[in-house]
Amino acid sequence: MDDKVKTAETSSGHVKVVENATCTFCGCVCDDMVLTVDLDQKKITKAKNACVLGRAWFAEHVHEDNVPPALLDGQPVSVEAAIEEAARILVEARFPITYGLSDTTCEAQREAVAITDMIRGNLDTTTSVCHGPSGLAFQGIGESTMTLGEVKNRADLVIYWGGNPAESHPRHFTRYAVTPKGMFTPNGKKDRYVVLVDVRRTPSAPVADLFLQVKPGHDFELAWALRALVRGRRLDPGIEEATGIPLATLTDLAARMKSCRYGVLFFGMGLTMTRGRHFNSGAVLALATDLNEYTHFVAKPVRGHGNVTGADNVVSWQTGFPFGVNFSRGFPRFNPGEFTTVDTLSRGDADAALIVASDPAANFPKAAIEHLGRIPVISLDAKETATSRLARVAFRTATYGISVAGTVYRMDDVPITLRTAFESKLPSDEDILTALRTRIKALLLARGQAAKSRSAATRTAA
Amino acid sequence: MKSHNSTPAGAAGPIRIVNGRIHDPANGIDGAVRDLCVESGRIVESAPVGARRIDAAGMVIMPGGVDIHCHIAGPKVNLARKLQPEDHRRDPHPGTLYTRSGTGGTVPSTFATGYRYASLGYTTAMEAAVPPIGARHTLEELHDTPVIDKGFYVLLGNNIFLQRLLKEGRRDEFRQAVAWWVNSTKAYATKLVNPGGDEPWKGKRNANVSDIDETNEVFGISPRQIIDAFVDAVHEMRLPHPPHIHCNNLGHSGNYATTLETMKTAGDRRLHIAHIQFHSYGGQPGKSPSSAAQPIVEYVNAHPNITCDVGQVMFGKSTIMTADAPLAYMLRNLKKNKWVNADTECESGCGIVPFSYQEKIYVHALQWAIGLELFLMSADPWRIILSTDHPNGGSFLSYPKLIRLLMDREFRKEEIKRVHKKAISRTVLADLDREYTLNEIAIISRAGPARALGLRNKGHLGPGADADITVYDDDADRERMFNAPRYVVKSGRVVIDDHEFREDFSGRLLHIAPEYDATIVQTVRPFFEDYYSIEFDNYAVGDSFLHDHEVIPSRPA
Repeated sequence: MDDKVKTAETSSGHVKVVENATCTFCGCVCDDMVLTVDLDQKKITKAKNACVLGRAWFAEHVHEDNVPPALLDGQPVSVEAAIEEAARILVEARFPITYGLSDTTCEAQREAVAITDMIRGNLDTTTSVCHGPSGLAFQGIGESTMTLGEVKNRADLVIYWGGNPAESHPRHFTRYAVTPKGMFTPNGKKDRYVVLVDVRRTPSAPVADLFLQVKPGHDFELAWALRALVRGRRLDPGIEEATGIPLATLTDLAARMKSCRYGVLFFGMGLTMTRGRHFNSGAVLALATDLNEYTHFVAKPVRGHGNVTGADNVVSWQTGFPFGVNFSRGFPRFNPGEFTTVDTLSRGDADAALIVASDPAANFPKAAIEHLGRIPVISLDAKETATSRLARVAFRTATYGISVAGTVYRMDDVPITLRTAFESKLPSDEDILTALRTRIKALLLARGQAAKSRSAATRTAA
Repeated sequence: MKSHNSTPAGAAGPIRIVNGRIHDPANGIDGAVRDLCVESGRIVESAPVGARRIDAAGMVIMPGGVDIHCHIAGPKVNLARKLQPEDHRRDPHPGTLYTRSGTGGTVPSTFATGYRYASLGYTTAMEAAVPPIGARHTLEELHDTPVIDKGFYVLLGNNIFLQRLLKEGRRDEFRQAVAWWVNSTKAYATKLVNPGGDEPWKGKRNANVSDIDETNEVFGISPRQIIDAFVDAVHEMRLPHPPHIHCNNLGHSGNYATTLETMKTAGDRRLHIAHIQFHSYGGQPGKSPSSAAQPIVEYVNAHPNITCDVGQVMFGKSTIMTADAPLAYMLRNLKKNKWVNADTECESGCGIVPFSYQEKIYVHALQWAIGLELFLMSADPWRIILSTDHPNGGSFLSYPKLIRLLMDREFRKEEIKRVHKKAISRTVLADLDREYTLNEIAIISRAGPARALGLRNKGHLGPGADADITVYDDDADRERMFNAPRYVVKSGRVVIDDHEFREDFSGRLLHIAPEYDATIVQTVRPFFEDYYSIEFDNYAVGDSFLHDHEVIPSRPA
């Protein structure tokens, strides 16, 4: 921990430029940022190449070296004292839960999974409230997919479904999927046909050559109709009433999908969090799979948080399952709906919570938030949040991608190493979680040895 | 980066193993009873007074196992893990106070993978196919794969930039670029999978290349030119392991001709053919296959520059995971069950299909028999190495059963009776009476793979070797014997002590660092800026991704 808590440089007028820095605001994880950093003010004054969201992420970052790194019941305490209390809470809990993880580094995520494994807790990430249904669909259907560079180099048909990248992932169009010129798409946008499927005409619509306004809650019917048309089945014109889109339009689109050279289907939470959920994700994944009988076709969920894809990967390689994992029996079990955090909290199951880089107290359903208020919560966040305000132990940690290096995974599973703009006096999530794991392990070993000597004493007595 | 696994103190002191029968073929020891001493993680001539004494009377001692070809970490492995919750659910791997929990199945979680390899007496394993852009991911997973030493092979056989250099005849820059790529990813060896096959798959409506001399329409070179260039470059650089190649036409009837041509392309330079069983089929393309084990094994027997691993098929559940995307799609179409395809920009393809091999299916029984034919007709066990291409032909957990099939003729005969009769009748398997000796098993699972990999401190028990040791009870049931070593020592630590798992630590990453002319970076950079989606300066993997590691030197001139 010590090497990361250095005093930052204080020479006046010191400005540095960080090239190839990475923006961790959204799942695009653009790694071509050129940051101008005022080391005196500890402020990023310019973020070249950043989109409007990225500029806000960097420019609005307020460096707070003077905030206490740990609060216990709202009062500043030493990090060591806070670790001690957090470890005690987690070791004594009967149903501890870990949640969040999507806005921190893989290094920190690995520690969080290790802790949850040791305390036989429940492990879940924000995937369960965003693309969790796509994870389930993946388990059933599989996925024909690609890295984003393939889209840039090859895609001549790009479909966005249930998402509004112009506002949620502004550089998705320009850096990866619509306008960039690639190896087999030398003319950029001119070489691509772009389709947008959504329930309303969003700011993304002007980019599209074809906009399909699907009836809200009827994405599944639309995807299934396209599957039928791709396979040459005849369809009742009543499909227009069901989906809001005329049969002729769908027939044309199906023909276009079959005849393209490299087709891509991106889908968002407009698909996963509406009626049908994992059936919707499954339907579009199956559609992309079907199309491989005619041409090359791939699909990909457009992930939100900066490292939610890393969380999926870490949890999968350490447990075999992507989210919604429970260790109470001493090994990982997977059951979304039971071990997903909204559910564990709403049922009132959890008796302690470790929340990392996420704010469930601000955005979970009421019953879940109420239960969070009843149990001891340990929070790690770079900002003060609704969750940190209700936490028994609240750690204030340095921001990843600005003051913390490490690994994040882009939405297409490509791992990228972060570069820092300036140092922070605050510890990183990884620092805190490593210290917490070490302390928990010591407590558990002591408990194990005590149990062993108790049973030895019993044997001797017998 | 910190180590994720702690170690109980005092577990790595000196050891003297006495009274055991040692099988150390690299040092010409075939079952002699000798003391074996360990200190500071190495085999030594003698251990100090006070060393821990392990009595191995009635036991068999071998170097730790070395898996030359398996799929245990990285992007495709993790996709295959995510794909199969049903596979994990049946096979939990409970944690202990010292060890992490996990799940098994054909694609176990990383922790379960490390512990389970160790529990078979294997102490080294090589992940056989990683696209360069996925190197960081692989290194993170390998760090979380405990106990065993490990490395990975980097996929370069469909690398678009390298193909362009070849097309333009820039052989020297090609060699420099290969070295740069290996360095930039911390890889152990170069890997070619279905060279030239990616472009028709991605760019020509899921087509494939079918002839080693077929010139690619886009890049203007043939698979043979790619293979030749890699054999040449790796030979020039004297890398510890030759190009590791998954030939064209895997799984297709009549593919043995492609395999022979691939081997001939190498001339007398070194080449490793991966999972050669899958490349030893006779018959006409598109028709039912037959065995071509004979011509393949004859060629390998006669050419000491060739090494191969078998890729034995074992009946039961498997997971097909391969950079050979057209092959996975072909298998997907058998049942149209769930399937993953994953294209990696400028570098690779990938396909994943859950699979099962069944005794009563002609092709599966034939594949099983061809693998055994290759083992039993091999004239040089040093060069025909044990593997199941885990988890493609079956899990590494089936190695003990495979060893029994090789060592126990009566058991083999019983097993033959259970499988498709017509398939067996199309092979010579039923006529092969050979039984592997313990020494030959030590060669195909330890000494041979270590030598083929150029790991001079592995696969043997001479002074200076890594103290990776397995001690088995000598049991007539060889499957039971190889399933449960009594002691496993890894880097001088007693990981398994009287059958009990006692230790947990990270193991080491093995990689190479061939020299290259730094100016090659300026040649590669413009291509990146045009065609990759990450920045060139963020591409090379930094040292923070290395956990405990060892750079393996090039072969001496």
